[in-house]
Amino acid sequence: MEYAVEMKGICKSFGGVQALKHVDLELRQGEIMGIVGDNGAGKSTLMKILSGAYHADKGEIFIFGNQVEIHTPLDAFKLGISMIYQDLALFNNLDVARNIFVGRELVRGPLGITLDKKDMYRRAEELIKDLRVDIKSPKLNVARMSGGQRQMVACARAIAFQSKIMIMDEPTAALGVTEANKLLGLIKNLKDLGLSILLITQRIPDILAIADRVFVLKGGVRQDILNVRDTTLDDVVFLIVKGKEGNSIKTDDIEYKSFG
Amino acid sequence: MENNPSLSKNLSWKMSNIVRNYTPLLILLVAIVIFSIIAPNFTTFNNLRLLVRQISFVTISAVGLMFVMVAGGIDLSIGSQIILTNIVLSLMISSTYGYGIDPLIAIPICIALGTILGMANGILSNTLKVHPLIVTLGTAYIYRGLGYIIASGRNIDGLPDSFRVYGQGYVGPVPVPIIIMIFVAIIGAYFLHNTNFGSRVYAMGGNQEAAHLVGINIKRMRLVVFAIGGLASGIASVLLLSRVFNGQVTTGAGIEFDALTAALLGGVSITGGEGTILGLITGVMIIGVLNNGMQLFGLQDFYQNLVKGALLLAAVGYDQYQKSRRAKEMVEKVAA
Repeated sequence: MEYAVEMKGICKSFGGVQALKHVDLELRQGEIMGIVGDNGAGKSTLMKILSGAYHADKGEIFIFGNQVEIHTPLDAFKLGISMIYQDLALFNNLDVARNIFVGRELVRGPLGITLDKKDMYRRAEELIKDLRVDIKSPKLNVARMSGGQRQMVACARAIAFQSKIMIMDEPTAALGVTEANKLLGLIKNLKDLGLSILLITQRIPDILAIADRVFVLKGGVRQDILNVRDTTLDDVVFLIVKGKEGNSIKTDDIEYKSFG
Repeated sequence: MENNPSLSKNLSWKMSNIVRNYTPLLILLVAIVIFSIIAPNFTTFNNLRLLVRQISFVTISAVGLMFVMVAGGIDLSIGSQIILTNIVLSLMISSTYGYGIDPLIAIPICIALGTILGMANGILSNTLKVHPLIVTLGTAYIYRGLGYIIASGRNIDGLPDSFRVYGQGYVGPVPVPIIIMIFVAIIGAYFLHNTNFGSRVYAMGGNQEAAHLVGINIKRMRLVVFAIGGLASGIASVLLLSRVFNGQVTTGAGIEFDALTAALLGGVSITGGEGTILGLITGVMIIGVLNNGMQLFGLQDFYQNLVKGALLLAAVGYDQYQKSRRAKEMVEKVAA
């Protein structure tokens, strides 16, 4: 089977701390995969390697079957990979349209440097409509938006450039229940559009609600990939807390609330 | 009447934007009105032309500085870049002390030197990973020191008459420096407000980390904005030398403070990501009107410094106040 993403033997250290130890990950085309693990498990590090923010010390990455080198976020973008960061990486001094197109502005003219503002605002408006998100105008400044609206802008940015693989880091962490549900709906829509999605979260019920599979990391080591259909909250939490080697702990002893 | 907090917050946001956008213009108009009343000859055509010519040098430097500031940096070495390029250019074209090179050849070399000096600030900021404030403070000393060493305490005269046109010439009734200032401002506004490069400068100044994550090459951008600052200094240096018509180590000294004050007064944020060329020009006009009006009113230099210093602090304080207010509102909004 040709995977959308295949990471093999990924290692990454920060000083003396080994954040990732020979991690393998396979993301199927058109699936939503949850990435879970306790704080410091290496989830964000692994995804930042895929998005080009970090460079792996060791390991190989394949995108749609082709081995690739990803050194910068621009490399990842060119391969159709977008990452939506936990802190959203938005520009509070810019409006919605500028945030969507920053770094990949639509240009016109013989030199190819003059901004095509009209087209940028028109396309931003279309994206907002397509995503059915509650943003009144692409000319609004993102600094004035709610957490949910900011997430939508970040998603719109990824979709605008026809990303094939989207990585989302804790997208619902700062959202209320209503906005989180809206966003989860949007993620499902994105899957229907054919995107392959990696979703980092601490909120396991979110994963169980929308993901196809869940990838568990602990201490920088891959524990397992579980099919959501055959998995319960207990199974996932057990793996997160004890790992695949753990067998002496009863699931009743585990505090679920922090994952909830 | 029912009180709607969301509506009142939106209204206050809009009001703060209006105040922010129009305060510089209001200050300028008030200053013009006051000096029209108290300063003799302030509103005469000759004085206004002189005023605009006086500000043309600062405006050109300030346009360059603005690229650096919008990108989140600062350049305190502008005046020293002008000193050094000024001395080098005067030595190149002087027939008495220098090499008597044709100004048409020497001028591009001088502007290129300014660009290189600016670029050096960018390289040092990238490699030393130190805030540009410190880097450019250091290079300011170095550039000025080099200017003094090369000049060896001389006032370099013997410049060719053909060189007068850039700083002293006229096209019709309009002085050449004013025409060049307008040209620089238009080019600056085009690049900053209407190109993908300008869009990235704003992005970089707004959130450097995010800019890196969307694929903007921060180091290269920093190099380019500092080079643009140096390029503008090089142009200002040519015009100033032509105006003074004597290579002196004092020409251009301290111009960075006028440019910086003007930028801040005009709404360019000290932390980057905000400001327009129109606002910048309003800021420069305020400084120019104050300088000119106070001179005509008979106030000595130190009073002018007092006023400019107070304005600088007021502009920075206001900018920070607006920023913290917006940040507070944003936290409330995101958490809502």
